[in-house]
Amino acid sequence: MPALIKVTNLSKTYEGGFTALKDINLEIMDGEILALLGPNGAGKTTLISIICGIVNPGEGSITVDGKSIIKDYRDTRRLIGLVPQELTTDAFETVWNTVSFSRGLFGRAPKPAHIEKILKDLSLWDKKDNRIMQLSGGMKRRVMIAKALSHEPRILFLDEPTAGVDVSLRKDMWQVVHRLRESGVTIILTTHYIEEAEEIADRVGVINKGQIVVVEQKKELMRKMGTKKMFLDLHQALDSVPQELASYDLELVEEGRQLVYTYDTRKDRTGITALLGELNRAGIKFKDLQTEQSSLEDIFVNLVKEQS
Amino acid sequence: MNLHGVRAIYMFEMARAWRTMFQSVVSPVISTSLYFVVFGSAIGSRINEVEGVSYGSFIVPGLIMLSLMTQSVSNASFGIYFPKFTGTIYEILSAPISYFEIVIGYVGAAATKSIFVGLIILATAGIFVPLNIAHPIWMFIFLILTSVTFSLFGFVIGIWADNFEKLQIIPLLVVTPLVFLGGSFYSVDMLPPLWQKITLLNPVMYLVSGFRWSFYEIADVSMLTSLFMISVFLGICILLVFKIFSTGYRVKT
Repeated sequence: MPALIKVTNLSKTYEGGFTALKDINLEIMDGEILALLGPNGAGKTTLISIICGIVNPGEGSITVDGKSIIKDYRDTRRLIGLVPQELTTDAFETVWNTVSFSRGLFGRAPKPAHIEKILKDLSLWDKKDNRIMQLSGGMKRRVMIAKALSHEPRILFLDEPTAGVDVSLRKDMWQVVHRLRESGVTIILTTHYIEEAEEIADRVGVINKGQIVVVEQKKELMRKMGTKKMFLDLHQALDSVPQELASYDLELVEEGRQLVYTYDTRKDRTGITALLGELNRAGIKFKDLQTEQSSLEDIFVNLVKEQS
Repeated sequence: MNLHGVRAIYMFEMARAWRTMFQSVVSPVISTSLYFVVFGSAIGSRINEVEGVSYGSFIVPGLIMLSLMTQSVSNASFGIYFPKFTGTIYEILSAPISYFEIVIGYVGAAATKSIFVGLIILATAGIFVPLNIAHPIWMFIFLILTSVTFSLFGFVIGIWADNFEKLQIIPLLVVTPLVFLGGSFYSVDMLPPLWQKITLLNPVMYLVSGFRWSFYEIADVSMLTSLFMISVFLGICILLVFKIFSTGYRVKT
């Protein structure tokens, strides 16, 4: 499948000398949901802003649907909708007017039926005549999405779409994103919430200090980089891990009452059978056993830590 | 060309004027009436005719120019500064619209609003003094050229300003003094010889003079000189706007 967005060797250094992006290479496929994870200042917003035309690119090139974002900016920008991180709205305008304005700005003829559909989909229809200043933060966020969708884009950038919104609204947003994807929209979202990426993304990209650390299918990333832990609740507390078990990745927790064994699920031999045999031989008895797969958050934290 | 985009910006900016319609109409009517009370009646009663025109009628073109220029500058500077201030400029920058089209939208709306105010002042003046417009087409040409030029100038100020103080400083310290000293309320011939020469350096004088000629066929400089000067000023403003957008100055990082 050809990439809908292709970023090649992109670097960006701001006037003050701060290098926000270093040699970024990234391909975004048609119809997917890509989550870009990264700590504050990692370069997520700069990357999105360059693709959308808000920030001037430095070195490198970007194409959208095979066209240059510089030379063919009219064609590429028509395909893109952007929901920025900040709630930047025209406080005195009504919801209907501001969404209609966005559609016109992106070169589309008025289509009230489409605006009506978006507002209904985003539960904004009954607020259409309200001024934006009268809306709650969550509603304003929906207005931002409505504006970004007003010109029927094929690509939607969501920069921290659920920052500062409550759990219920966040889940509503996820449903909106799923519905958009079902309608064929390619979605790129940046987020701090790993849970969000885990919930809705097909692929996950981790960006740190202006560099792409990894881009992988979410499931594959979790399979490749994820580890599993086995928790053994002991009958009797231990002072330390016995010498004969030193070759295993073991940790003693809960005041010596629990042994934690970390193992790699990708290996043919996880070492579980051997460990249990060694425990038996050492006379260490356990009363319960549980296993736990590491989360995307653990993977993210490890990746960022490794790079630091 | 993204005509829908230009229309969207234009209508959006005009909507702001409609929202404050009362203020937009009443404010120029009151200020014009005050000028007529102060200059027309109190001072004008002590001044005989100026080149065959009563003083009250003589100041009408200058009054219109005064409002036209200050309104054009403030409308356009605020129009582009406000999205920068609120952050909504992201949408303009990410839209498939050229810089030229953005300028048409903002400057077109600012110029329309100030022409509207200019016409209100003209109508209000008609209540106080007899008016004669010898060359209505030229009057409209000067009205449009001046409002577009000063709206472009205001647009440049709006881009340059990074706080509200800067937004006010050029209109306050440069535009208003130039307009007042540009023969809005007097004929340059009424000044001492040295000041007459200094006034020739004031670009606004040429605009007021040309505009007054379209009313009464009296002018401090020839109409063609006025037209030439306003074209030069317009050209400078277009170059400045082009320079701003080609470098992304204070718009894009």
